[in-house]
Amino acid sequence: MADLTTDFIGIKSPNPFWLASAPPTDKEYNVRRAFEAGWGGVVWKTLGEEGPPVVNVNGPRYGAIYGADRRLLGLNNIELITDRSLETNLEEITRVKADYPNHAVIVSIMVPCEEEAWKAILPRVEATGADGIELNFGCPHGMSERGMGAAVGQVPEYIEMVTRWCKQYYSKPVIVKLTPNITDVRKPAAAARRGGADAVSLINTINSITSVNLDTMSPEPSIDGKGTHGGYCGPAVKPIAMSMVSEIARFPETAGLPISGIGGITTWRDAAEFMTLGCGNVQVCTAAMTYGFKVVQEMISGLSDWMDEKGHTSVNDFMGQAVPNTTDWQYLNLNYIAKAKINQDDCIKCGRCFAACEDTSHQAISMSADRVFEVIDAECVACNLCVNVCPVEDCITMEQVAAGQTDPRTGRTVDPDYANWTTHPNNPSATAAE
Amino acid sequence: MTQDSFTPGVVAGRLDDAAYETQFADLHPPLANHEALVAADRCYFCHDAPCITACPTDIDIPLFIRQIATGTPDAAAKTILSQNIMGGMCARVCPTETLCEQACVREAAEGKPVLIGQLQRFATDHLQSKGVHPFERAASTGKTIAVVGAGPAGLSCAHRLAMLGHDVVVHDGHPKSGGLNEYGIATYKTTGGYAQAEVDWLCQIGGITIKHGQSLGADLPLTGLQADYDAVFLGIGLGGVNALGLENADKTGVLDAVDFISDLRQAPNAIDVPIGRDVVVIGGGMTAVDAAVQAKLLGALNVTLAYRRGRDRMNASVFEQDLATSKGVRIMTHAVPITVHGNGAVREIEFEYVGDDMQGTGQTVRLAADQVLVAIGQTLQADAGPDLDGKKIAVTESGQTSLTGVWAGGDCASGGDDLTVTAVAEGRDAAMDIHATLMGDV
Repeated sequence: MADLTTDFIGIKSPNPFWLASAPPTDKEYNVRRAFEAGWGGVVWKTLGEEGPPVVNVNGPRYGAIYGADRRLLGLNNIELITDRSLETNLEEITRVKADYPNHAVIVSIMVPCEEEAWKAILPRVEATGADGIELNFGCPHGMSERGMGAAVGQVPEYIEMVTRWCKQYYSKPVIVKLTPNITDVRKPAAAARRGGADAVSLINTINSITSVNLDTMSPEPSIDGKGTHGGYCGPAVKPIAMSMVSEIARFPETAGLPISGIGGITTWRDAAEFMTLGCGNVQVCTAAMTYGFKVVQEMISGLSDWMDEKGHTSVNDFMGQAVPNTTDWQYLNLNYIAKAKINQDDCIKCGRCFAACEDTSHQAISMSADRVFEVIDAECVACNLCVNVCPVEDCITMEQVAAGQTDPRTGRTVDPDYANWTTHPNNPSATAAE
Repeated sequence: MTQDSFTPGVVAGRLDDAAYETQFADLHPPLANHEALVAADRCYFCHDAPCITACPTDIDIPLFIRQIATGTPDAAAKTILSQNIMGGMCARVCPTETLCEQACVREAAEGKPVLIGQLQRFATDHLQSKGVHPFERAASTGKTIAVVGAGPAGLSCAHRLAMLGHDVVVHDGHPKSGGLNEYGIATYKTTGGYAQAEVDWLCQIGGITIKHGQSLGADLPLTGLQADYDAVFLGIGLGGVNALGLENADKTGVLDAVDFISDLRQAPNAIDVPIGRDVVVIGGGMTAVDAAVQAKLLGALNVTLAYRRGRDRMNASVFEQDLATSKGVRIMTHAVPITVHGNGAVREIEFEYVGDDMQGTGQTVRLAADQVLVAIGQTLQADAGPDLDGKKIAVTESGQTSLTGVWAGGDCASGGDDLTVTAVAEGRDAAMDIHATLMGDV
């Protein structure tokens, strides 16, 4: 069996599956049960400064988007940081870490953007024996209105400044958690690195309104007839999160900066995908909130089986393997020609490929009176929409047209050589290929 | 309870009172809201969907299922009912397994079609339970049309004509409207008085008068209808039944299955309907299955459905055959009745086994039988009238008969299967043709 133990910026855990800073990690009771269930680490729900804790709304905190059979695809929340006292949390963290020395315990922190505030809390967190801290620069609701959370994460200078304070007043690893509610995630990541961050974690939740009640005209979740944007998470945000992770992994100023991947990770496969894009481990929340702590068992067995199958003995073997293959559009090979191919034996004749292609794409699929659907190679641009809408897996495939063959759409012979937009004759700023 | 399944002879009350309710409960209980959403989610919204092609009334099935999935079941019902005004009954009685659900691409893919019939019922029940009638009459045309037969064909025709602004007088020989929906379908397929409720709901369109106790014949001659009305539609069904054709079949206990089914449907309490300990049903169609299953449900100890050919040749669908066997009916194939034994009342029925070529094998078998229910086909009862095509009224695609101003549809007319849904389609299409003819919009 593959070795799932992970060393992430010097923090060891039995597997790469951590619970993200969120409701599941708000207290000792949950965290102990999470570790017993198999989670490799937790990022304790965000602590605020000394004094009266924040208060939460007393109505609904979550809203959801569903797929078939009420499968939860996206969750949004308007919960704030921990609403329990700092002292209580610190005591519990201390006890848990003492009892679980081999599990990762990270403490998420959010205090005002003032040096004194950080200077005050960091020694107390350090005293718990926790393995590191995560700076919550991501919460998009409530706390951001008070100049914290995403309000910091949206200003790279603040990120750098606070990160520097933390490295100054705290001796263990510092992870900076980034908000996706920003135009270019590479900027805050670079700022974190300049401030001395050991790692970044992303994404935090995305500003969202999940639905509007058409009777009351209130956004959901609705508190006494009013709603506010929440933070969106769950399977629906995974593609956004992976793109942001990949940006940081391949940007020269941030490449090599350790990343803890977050965003809709629901299965072992999701986790593996994040890790191939450069993440050293992953953090999970919505999957646990939807199915309970037990889901980690599938993640462990799935990742382990896949690693065995691929011959990976350690997570380091495949970490970042997809990063070199993630590039800019302009570098994609325009001489790569493919055509859709419909496997008639697998086709169930639903006609969705035809409707999609005929109505919205390239009129490249024909339909006979007896419902045989065939690709018209002379029209097919290999857009992949038919593959995406086909309900039968692998019924429609994209087949490469070999070099030397003629593309019936263009009448041109397929060139064996790589050529991209930067040298394309239609590009006004093309540079002649040497 | 003094009788049980072992009591010899033909007796009522073989089961205890409470059992009847369970026995004759809905074959497919209505889908709950979440069940409907899950079922609707499975629809692929196919292009030019095969299920629509398979539906004799061309209901836009993917559209109505999407309307259910998006929380608008009343809109779904209107999609259904605009094509098939008896979509509620068809949802209950259609052999979907040989129509829309057989054509469903998920049947091809997984052997598990979308539950089209049950979803159709979900939508139509949702609308009809509110008493809402979603259609309005056009301005009066001043035309009046006679419809003979208040079954699916006649009522479908009447509704469409009324909606187009015509007045309609429906004549029917039975005391109740509905035709086979009321008299000819197994109780467990349409529970809770749905057939009458549907007729009442359908008539909310207005402009339809139904006169009972009026059959085509001396008192109601077709020539008189032709003279008195602007057009006539015949939806008279198949009033006759094929006889067993055995010399000694005239014994107590030898019954027409359609009468058995009708008597059971009309009985206030199933506990009062007598049934044999040993029942033999002869035939291989839906009527035979309906009779056999209900004989079993009434508490008969042994019910045998005897058919002269193999199961693959039976008109009853595989689903219906499996339903029968699951209820404990034994299906005996390749058996042709040759003699009925008994002194006054039937005691046994004797069969000869025949090969696939229908040639006798010389081997015979006797089955104990307190009742023999004969279900070997129904025939048109019409002495004089339009020309026939074989044994049915010859009609064009739009339902015109050989007589000017007379249309026909449903089981009495040529073409199409003898199904409720086909009758509804034919009634509707004839109405459109009558309208076009009368209004000069041909």
